[in-house]
Amino acid sequence: MPAFVRAAVPASVTGAVSTSLSRRRFLGAASAAGLATAGLSACSDSGSATTDSEGRTVVEWWNIQTTEPSRSVWPERAKAFEAKNPDVRIKLVTLENDAYKSKMTALTSSGKLPDIYHTWGGGVLEQQIDAGLVEDITSSVSTLTGTLVPVSVEPYQFDDKTYAVPFDIGAVGFWYNKALFADAGIDTPPTTWADYLDVVRRLKRAGITPVALAGKEKWPGMYYWAYLALRIAGVDGMQKAADAKDFTGDDFVKAGRHLEELVELEPFQKGYLGAGYSTPNGEAAVMGNGKAAMELMGQWAPVVQADAGKGIGDDLGFFPFPTVAGGDGALTDVLGGGGGYAVRKGAPLAAVDFLKFLVTAESDRVLVSKAAMMPVVKDATSALADPNLKDVSATLGKATGFQLYPDQAYPPAVGQEVNDSVAGLIAGAKSPEQVARSITQVAKSQ
Amino acid sequence: MTSTGTHHERPVLGEKPDTGGPNRRPLARRARDWLTAFTFTVPALALFGLLVFAPILYALYVSFFNWGGFGAPSDFAGADNYIRLLDDPVFLGDLWRGLLLILLSVGIQLPFALAMAVLLNQKLRGRAFYRMLFFAPYVLSEVITGVLFSMIFAPDEGLADRTLGTIGLDGLGGLWFADQDNVLATVFLVMMWKYFGFHMTLYLAGLQGVPAELHEAARIDGAGPWQRFRHITLPLLGPTIRISVFLSVIGAIQLFDLVWVMTQGGPDHHSETMAVTLFQFGFKRYQIGYASAISIAMFLISLVFALAYQRFVLRRDTEGALTSMRGNR
Repeated sequence: MPAFVRAAVPASVTGAVSTSLSRRRFLGAASAAGLATAGLSACSDSGSATTDSEGRTVVEWWNIQTTEPSRSVWPERAKAFEAKNPDVRIKLVTLENDAYKSKMTALTSSGKLPDIYHTWGGGVLEQQIDAGLVEDITSSVSTLTGTLVPVSVEPYQFDDKTYAVPFDIGAVGFWYNKALFADAGIDTPPTTWADYLDVVRRLKRAGITPVALAGKEKWPGMYYWAYLALRIAGVDGMQKAADAKDFTGDDFVKAGRHLEELVELEPFQKGYLGAGYSTPNGEAAVMGNGKAAMELMGQWAPVVQADAGKGIGDDLGFFPFPTVAGGDGALTDVLGGGGGYAVRKGAPLAAVDFLKFLVTAESDRVLVSKAAMMPVVKDATSALADPNLKDVSATLGKATGFQLYPDQAYPPAVGQEVNDSVAGLIAGAKSPEQVARSITQVAKSQ
Repeated sequence: MTSTGTHHERPVLGEKPDTGGPNRRPLARRARDWLTAFTFTVPALALFGLLVFAPILYALYVSFFNWGGFGAPSDFAGADNYIRLLDDPVFLGDLWRGLLLILLSVGIQLPFALAMAVLLNQKLRGRAFYRMLFFAPYVLSEVITGVLFSMIFAPDEGLADRTLGTIGLDGLGGLWFADQDNVLATVFLVMMWKYFGFHMTLYLAGLQGVPAELHEAARIDGAGPWQRFRHITLPLLGPTIRISVFLSVIGAIQLFDLVWVMTQGGPDHHSETMAVTLFQFGFKRYQIGYASAISIAMFLISLVFALAYQRFVLRRDTEGALTSMRGNR
């Protein structure tokens, strides 16, 4: 299970995180597998460094930056590092998101990972760590820790150890259309769930579609349930449930009930159950064309809105997910995630050197200003120009707790079950109790 | 082989004349025949074994494990995955939806394709154009078709609702894909649009083999168009129809791309097919053991259907076309 560390407290608190059953079982499985396939996997012997014809150490860097602006910034970063380290050559391998995921599935089962590879942290990274495929880089990056935004490293820390270096971090929150809010006579964004439901009612009364949702893709709907659970159970409650693999507690059923309250108001755009996220007519397009007042989405929302729709420019605003009366969570607890780079066990030392170079303040400023990443280095925050992203960054900076997206924090089967059963609840096919039960059932089977 | 002579000219294979009784050739010779046949089929068998049989066996093996794709499978689960299948409402729903799609394909799509084929077999102005037009969707990739229809059936701005709106109908108000009760019918509509042209072309080809003399003779005997269709065209088109039903059923069982692009199986699994469930468990949840169990179930369903269909329906069409060693007697 991932370490949900209070951002204000350093990672030392995570000593309490227990080794979960699945983990031990998995280790057993992995070692048995090691014996069984000793012959097959002999070639996956780690510790080997490749050199090119000029005798330089070759470091493979697998990334998913297939779109501009980051697509051209990445090779430029590699060149900048090579200029300072003439005995190293960074070899970029750039794959599309889904292609990358399926390729990695094949690679992890063969036991041979690239030197540096993209990770979202959470459950998948933990499985790779448990299988003994990932280098523990805690000591090599200890000098960095003070310079980074604390929440940015959390998805990659397990049992006090760090396994990846972040290059991007973001938060989910409500993106809203200020003009439509004004049309409905709403001056300030809501801060409690009751207020929020009231805002939805007032928008409806004004003839405005309150919320855009991509029902087809499931994960956008999951954010509501996850945030409600985070607001009710708090970061610690979420952690306890994850450790015990039990989501049937009252807090999680309540999260479902509150989501039901929202669904009963029929706040979503027409045909939302069939709507995609970034497709034409999808959630982002509905928001970007000014046809709905809000969406609950990550820091990438403005870009996608402008891409799938026209974009609403200065009318766009950001507010954090409201609190729930009686809940343990604070308004400043954040649901989010980012991107990082892990290093395979036995990779050349130059791999870690390169990652340290990538997140120097100077380099991160390049990533922020040229590649549209969110700053992970505190000193690079000033490079942000967009007022909305500044809001997101400020939210992350003062975060009192951080929860990685459940579909990444938990093992894939559990994460997908969260998405799937919450989608069932939004479609009116599942009760809050059924959602809590089916997630628990899958979690226990892991 | 044509036999025009008055005498029995068939070459005799053995020393003794063929008596038509059981095979009397010497054992050594039969063994040699088998050896020759075997030698010639080895390359094909090896490829088939490696590319088709081995993966199936591996999937079968994996289906008895709880396996997340890391290392080698080791957490033996016995028949658990199969027991879970029978208890999984999504998988049982897949079977039901698969059956519905098969019934709709065979009951609506194929008769429609046949009607179009008969129509376009008439002397008609621009029939080559129409033939091409109806066949075109089949050439289009599934993904492009999916994206296209996602737009056509989109709420508000979708072509479907707009068109229905201009002729004074309300349409479905954007609920083509977004409603649990409509979604499967909408998916079928798209399937039909995409594949009927293929079946139509099959039938058209079959119709070219129906001799015009038969129709002339029947007309002289006073048979009407329906009688001629029912008693000449249909029976002579039998083999084509049987093959087209077969392709249509197997296609419906394995339906994936269209559904994945248009609905991802939603809302709430109401358009999910076996292949979509398989993908979800294999590549989203990484429960590869369970996904393999689904794939084996899917394979068995296809296999049983294919064998039964061969045995009971296609047999008279393929008789004589398939050669066997015994046929050499």
